[in-house]
Amino acid sequence: MVSDATEIDIKTAGEFARENYLSVHHGVGSWLLTKDHKRIGLLYLFTILIFFLIASIAAALMRIELVTPQPKLVTSETYNKLFTIHGVLMVWFFLIPSIPTVLGNFVLPMMIGARDVAFPKLNLMSWYIFVAGGALALWSLVHGGVDTGWTFYTPYSTTYANTHVISMAAGVFVAGFSTIITGMNFMVTTHKMRAPGLTWFRLPLFVWSLYATSLIMVLATPVLAITLALISVERFWGVGIFDPKLGGDPVLFQHLFWFYSHPAVYIMILPGMGVISELITCFSRKPIYGYVWVGSASMAIAVLGFLVWGHHMFVSSQSVYAGMVFSILSFLVAVPSGIKVFNWTATLRKGSIHFATPMLYALGFIGLFTIGGLTGLFLAALAVDVHVHDTYFVIAHFHYIMVGGMVMAFMGGLHYWWPKISGRLYPELAGKLAATITFIGFNLTFFPQFILGYLGQPRRYHVYPPEFQIYHVLSTAGASILGVGYLMPLIYFIWAWKHGRVAGPNPWRATGLEWQTPSPPPEHNFEQTPVVTGPPYSYSAEKDVDLDLASI
Amino acid sequence: MDQFRLFPPQASTTSHEVDALFFALTLISLFFMAVIFLPIIFFSVKYRRGSPADRSNPRSGSFLIESGWTIGPIFLSLGLFAWGAVAYFRIERRPENAIDVEVVGRQWMWKLQHAEGKREINELHVPLNSTVAMTMTSQDVIHSFFIPAFRVKQDVVPGKYTGEWFKPTRTGEYHIFCAQYCGTQHSRMIGRVVVMEPAAYERWLKSGEPTESIVQTGERLFRDRGCSGCHAPNSQFHAPLLQGLYRNPVPLANGTMVTADDQYLRDSILQPGKQITAGYQNIMPSFAGHLSEEEIMQLIAYLKYIGNQPPPSQE
Repeated sequence: MVSDATEIDIKTAGEFARENYLSVHHGVGSWLLTKDHKRIGLLYLFTILIFFLIASIAAALMRIELVTPQPKLVTSETYNKLFTIHGVLMVWFFLIPSIPTVLGNFVLPMMIGARDVAFPKLNLMSWYIFVAGGALALWSLVHGGVDTGWTFYTPYSTTYANTHVISMAAGVFVAGFSTIITGMNFMVTTHKMRAPGLTWFRLPLFVWSLYATSLIMVLATPVLAITLALISVERFWGVGIFDPKLGGDPVLFQHLFWFYSHPAVYIMILPGMGVISELITCFSRKPIYGYVWVGSASMAIAVLGFLVWGHHMFVSSQSVYAGMVFSILSFLVAVPSGIKVFNWTATLRKGSIHFATPMLYALGFIGLFTIGGLTGLFLAALAVDVHVHDTYFVIAHFHYIMVGGMVMAFMGGLHYWWPKISGRLYPELAGKLAATITFIGFNLTFFPQFILGYLGQPRRYHVYPPEFQIYHVLSTAGASILGVGYLMPLIYFIWAWKHGRVAGPNPWRATGLEWQTPSPPPEHNFEQTPVVTGPPYSYSAEKDVDLDLASI
Repeated sequence: MDQFRLFPPQASTTSHEVDALFFALTLISLFFMAVIFLPIIFFSVKYRRGSPADRSNPRSGSFLIESGWTIGPIFLSLGLFAWGAVAYFRIERRPENAIDVEVVGRQWMWKLQHAEGKREINELHVPLNSTVAMTMTSQDVIHSFFIPAFRVKQDVVPGKYTGEWFKPTRTGEYHIFCAQYCGTQHSRMIGRVVVMEPAAYERWLKSGEPTESIVQTGERLFRDRGCSGCHAPNSQFHAPLLQGLYRNPVPLANGTMVTADDQYLRDSILQPGKQITAGYQNIMPSFAGHLSEEEIMQLIAYLKYIGNQPPPSQE
């Protein structure tokens, strides 16, 4: 991106900006009352990491338990609570907020040359609402947990489950408002706060993807809130909505739930796709191939994503004809995802490819997301879905998208913007190692689950027939490796916060506006508002130079 | 069943059909993986930083190429959709002349009854090469009746009848799993299908205590629970006659028509006020809570039986 601010940067190259958003205020109060989008992004980072940690421990306990076909470690009741807590926390308290609230909050205003988001106070409020929702979820966990699965299917959740369903549902309900506020804030920010000259088609693709995500957040989340409220109404007052014994319809719940939860899948993956567009262009030194197509694909996914919820219900007793409509639309929603992958691949051609840590995560993302997407075709194909529905095949598929896709993108983005956030570089060799270990561990964990699923292993099984054991053992071995891949960045990021090499304003020589201000950025981001005069990604592979990333 | 496997046994007609589509999808996936991963690897090597490759005149898009990789996958998707949909339609459609089995799921067991009256728990004996069609419901939460070797699965929903059918093509024992999470002992809600030679199946069916058939049980219930007091041809109460009813259209008091299928009969027993037949009063009491799911199924079996008889002439 060409900008008048370029001259300012050169002065501060290679320096740690002493006057920055971290140094201007001190003390706990300055964090808890901050209206700075960058500090709020870090508050979110800290918060979601706690949830990620708890949910990962739940996953680890399950994987250890599943090494043997018969129970060894926990009771069935505990096992059911473990997968519920894993699902609820990972989906609503890690994946959905992850990229938007951490990376989005931190870089969106800077990417569009703004001082902050449109509503800084609402931004802080949304974090408090998120924490309140999370506290309710943790309260339910501490007081005995919930055993409904993250899907809260009725009438089990409304009538039969004997656990803390209402408080857990309330936690998710409350956190939903934080999502809605963040989405609205981002939309208004993108509309109203762009720097002079920054037209819609000059926006970085990460901004497009955040915009598409925000649209879904604002439109879909209220349906989740309604659904969870109806569960509580039926459970607490016995009003018949979903339980047939009270005159309700249990399948109605599934329609409402997936009307939100399928678009929510795109809340989880779209921002990841945006990050990947930033990484691929920067580290191959090329403008993105097919800018308009990649940006439009985000919007197409956001719209089509609302029309495919019934593919979660092919064996639910929904009508055969409804199944057919949902199947065809599900196949069609794969097309824009395919467009993105093809364009990323084409971007590499004639590039000057740097295999820095963020790029390794991005390439890993493309590999895993492609496998996740292609196995989605199996699930969209009606007759095959009948067999693999509710088996480990589905588990493997959505982990390839959510973990292989979204978490890889989150890690890639975190590494990419870390020098901007902290002003320092992490050790590059350790970063590359962690990215590789994560990729290997992930595949070993989840690829065997495709086979397991086609063999017929149902999901949410505490005990299983002995012939499935070999695949469970492989999966658990993979999970141990994956755990190492996640712990490493945690350790070296903490270390690099104080001891990492000073990054300077633009260690990647990237073109985005966020790189045209010192690292860490000043409180108000830019000394003077940048003016944009050209398209994004004005990289040149021909005139490329080596990045000096040698670590300490 | 303890050996190392990559692939589940193929033991029904449906399993071959589903596997064919599965293999096609696998091939297509491998094709796309090659189309995406090979160029990535190639570009990564050729255009790595510092390599001497020619980087002049990079392109940043081409309408033709973009349209190609948009439209190509759309057509491929439509083809795959059609294949999956045709097979799905066959899986979902209940065939005629099948062996009937009634299934009631509950936390955490399967209760099954054959038309001849034989009952089983968590086990289903069926003859080779015959079509078996199950009518299923749940008395508590949603379950799902899954037989991996047959590639069939269907949710079993309270308050509703769902169906599932298969035609076994190999003798042997195969898993039955509950696939829909149903509470604490979900993973213990398992059983087995035993596919037998037809002669062995006949012997098995006649073994043990002699039982009355489902229709006979239904007829007994129809008398004992007082249904016949109103719905018999010689009754003095003004109630619809049930002979010749099954699968025929019924005019309702609100002017609409409904087909008298299993679900209609079930609703009429449990919620008599829901759909009033034209020309009748809403005087029938609800039997909700007075009949078990099995008894309702037995009554319906009897109603089907008399429903296929010609209706008696009205007085």
